[in-house]
Amino acid sequence: MVQLEVFLQTLVSGLLLGGLYALIGLGMTLIMGVMKIINLAHGELMMVAMYIAYWLFTLLGVDPYVAVFIASPALFILGVLIQKYLITPVIKVESILPENQVILTVGIGMVLASLATVFFKSDYRSTPVDYASVTWYLSDFWQNSPIELSISLLWAVSFVFSILITLALWFFLSRTDIGKQIRATSQDSDAAILMGINVNRVRAFSFGLGSAIVAAAGCLFIPLYYLYPALGGQFTLIAFVITILGGLGSNIGAIIGGLILGVFESMTSTYIGMGWAPVGRFAIFIAALVFLPGGIASLLKSRRLGK
Amino acid sequence: MLEVKNIDVFYGDLQVIFDVSFGVNKGEVVALIGANGAGKSTILRTISGLVHPVRGDIVFDGQTINKLHNYSLIELGLVHVPEARRLFPEMTVEENLDIGSLRGQAKKQRKVNKDKIFELFPRLLERRRQLAGTLSGGEQQMLAIGRGLMSLPKLMMLDEPSLGLAPILVKEVFRVIEQVRSEGMTVLIVEQNVKQTLAIADRAYVLENGKLVMSGKAADLANDEHVRAAYLGV
Repeated sequence: MVQLEVFLQTLVSGLLLGGLYALIGLGMTLIMGVMKIINLAHGELMMVAMYIAYWLFTLLGVDPYVAVFIASPALFILGVLIQKYLITPVIKVESILPENQVILTVGIGMVLASLATVFFKSDYRSTPVDYASVTWYLSDFWQNSPIELSISLLWAVSFVFSILITLALWFFLSRTDIGKQIRATSQDSDAAILMGINVNRVRAFSFGLGSAIVAAAGCLFIPLYYLYPALGGQFTLIAFVITILGGLGSNIGAIIGGLILGVFESMTSTYIGMGWAPVGRFAIFIAALVFLPGGIASLLKSRRLGK
Repeated sequence: MLEVKNIDVFYGDLQVIFDVSFGVNKGEVVALIGANGAGKSTILRTISGLVHPVRGDIVFDGQTINKLHNYSLIELGLVHVPEARRLFPEMTVEENLDIGSLRGQAKKQRKVNKDKIFELFPRLLERRRQLAGTLSGGEQQMLAIGRGLMSLPKLMMLDEPSLGLAPILVKEVFRVIEQVRSEGMTVLIVEQNVKQTLAIADRAYVLENGKLVMSGKAADLANDEHVRAAYLGV
């Protein structure tokens, strides 16, 4: 019975983590779909958003969950500016390979991390909200429960937030004209131009939206994690693994990929050892590349398109 | 309505279009015919602004358009239905039609137009919630034309609309083109199916290796020795 309890608790923690991972992956896959490049500054953008949330909390006492509504718009603007003034000029130079845009994002990430180190030092910081220790136990709700499970309030709130943001994004992409333009551009950018879509503007908007989403993820993460300038790289890798596992540019793939990665990491920590979680992450990465090169999206696509 | 004046087009260092000039008048169906690689699609892509001419001008409705943003041409009433349909495969039929009507007047009249398209292509109505990628080739072509019509064009450019379709569907496509034309649409069509194209076109231009070699009334070209030998196989 204890073993079952441990397993279920690990599964629940994994899903909660996976919900946040899905949000990080969604931001990257959105940019990937439209731009056809991997944004390797993704984690650093999240780090910037976390500093915004941190300073809002420390200086003004703004709750990190409220900070979502400030950090996301701020990062949206930053993303649009990066796309418009840094990435688009590189696209226009025809002799440069598309890989150079990816290298450019690596550079942007480095600059952001270095700036954070210069301004905020490499101290570990956190936002000790006063409800951090609130935890719900299954036995509080169901007295005779044969097993015991617990969920921390912070994780639960972060998870619910990430689901709400995911739903909002789904609604936006499927119901609004701008959302349809984003999807059309990612499916066929030349045809999109012929239909009167200003592809450059859609790209800038998508980069902004992807940045805003990962900014939201950052705000949801900060009550749960420590913040330091070099934190971005780790999350860029996580987003990258999710994007590959989910299938490049696929939103549903990113959500499922994020959940799988969360559960897998949680399982590795419980059954193999805390330090092994990153190893599990890369085991999944390699397995996806070898056995499912198109990612989860290729499975879904073959079912939906019947090919 | 459309005037192409002395355009030269390059892909990198390679010149593919040499000093081509031609025009399309209001209400006409004009065909560009020629072999594979003659430059027919390149000319349409140049008019649409996907490729830029090194020399020459393109004038539409009295306005020089080759310096305009390519995405704004559709608002002037110029729509390009590209080769191989180029639908958005993971969007539904209806969403594809929505994408055809993003701007100006077309957006305001989206609902009315959509009903008209569904009237023209009842098959699309049955499948309006289906993903475009799951349609058959013929249905995809109908959707591509429908998506083009959604923008309320004055001039419709069709690139190889019969490509890869079964003979009965080819007939259907040409029937639709005639119907659209009878409602006052001007059409510029690029086709390898020369016989049927000349049958519905008013005038035609023959393109060989990037140069215009012949032009005239479609009916005359259909009886021309050279055209018959090179394109009609008789």
